[in-house]
Amino acid sequence: MALTRLRPVVLAAVLSLTATACVTINIYFPAAAAEKAADRIIDEVWQMREAQTPPAASTQEGEKQ
Amino acid sequence: MKALTRITRWLSGLLVGGVLAFAAHAQGNLEIDTPAIAALKASMQQRHAQLAPMYASGAVGLAVDGTVALRDASVVPLAQRSGLNALVAAENADRAALYREIARANQRPEWEADVRRTFAQRWIDRAQAGWWVQRGGAWVKK
Repeated sequence: MALTRLRPVVLAAVLSLTATACVTINIYFPAAAAEKAADRIIDEVWQMREAQTPPAASTQEGEKQ
Repeated sequence: MKALTRITRWLSGLLVGGVLAFAAHAQGNLEIDTPAIAALKASMQQRHAQLAPMYASGAVGLAVDGTVALRDASVVPLAQRSGLNALVAAENADRAALYREIARANQRPEWEADVRRTFAQRWIDRAQAGWWVQRGGAWVKK
């Protein structure tokens, strides 16, 4: 009884979820996501990851030329 | 009366679905993996080899509007000074294009100014010690 009464609610929820899922992007500017994206790009442009990890011990070989 | 409650139920269901969909999307990532953005990143990364000593010497600083700016050309040897303006202009052209492309890649060109503001803050926050950054209209050495 309760189940049949709830069925349209569930049905409508699913319907609207799928309908809006394709259309809704972001309405407000996602500041946190933008900061994350900026940091990723800055890492690459300034090569900050590389600077943090010291070069491997491969410098020992072929040092003299 | 019965029809009315049925309509209300449908409406509340639609509302729940809409809220769920919005919540799922609101915490997503920004799209930055496009060929245009990759090309700009590569170009800026290459230029950074020339710009890094300029940041360190204080000739070029990180401006509050997400660009780089010529701060004090006098610290650069005369022979290198002519290329400095071109270097700064090229970097700023890439940066402007980057902000525009990120907004466009997310189908929201109107976000360009927000993207620029976010980047401006992050460039300054993450600048190395000794580099010059603009804060409240004044140049400050980090």
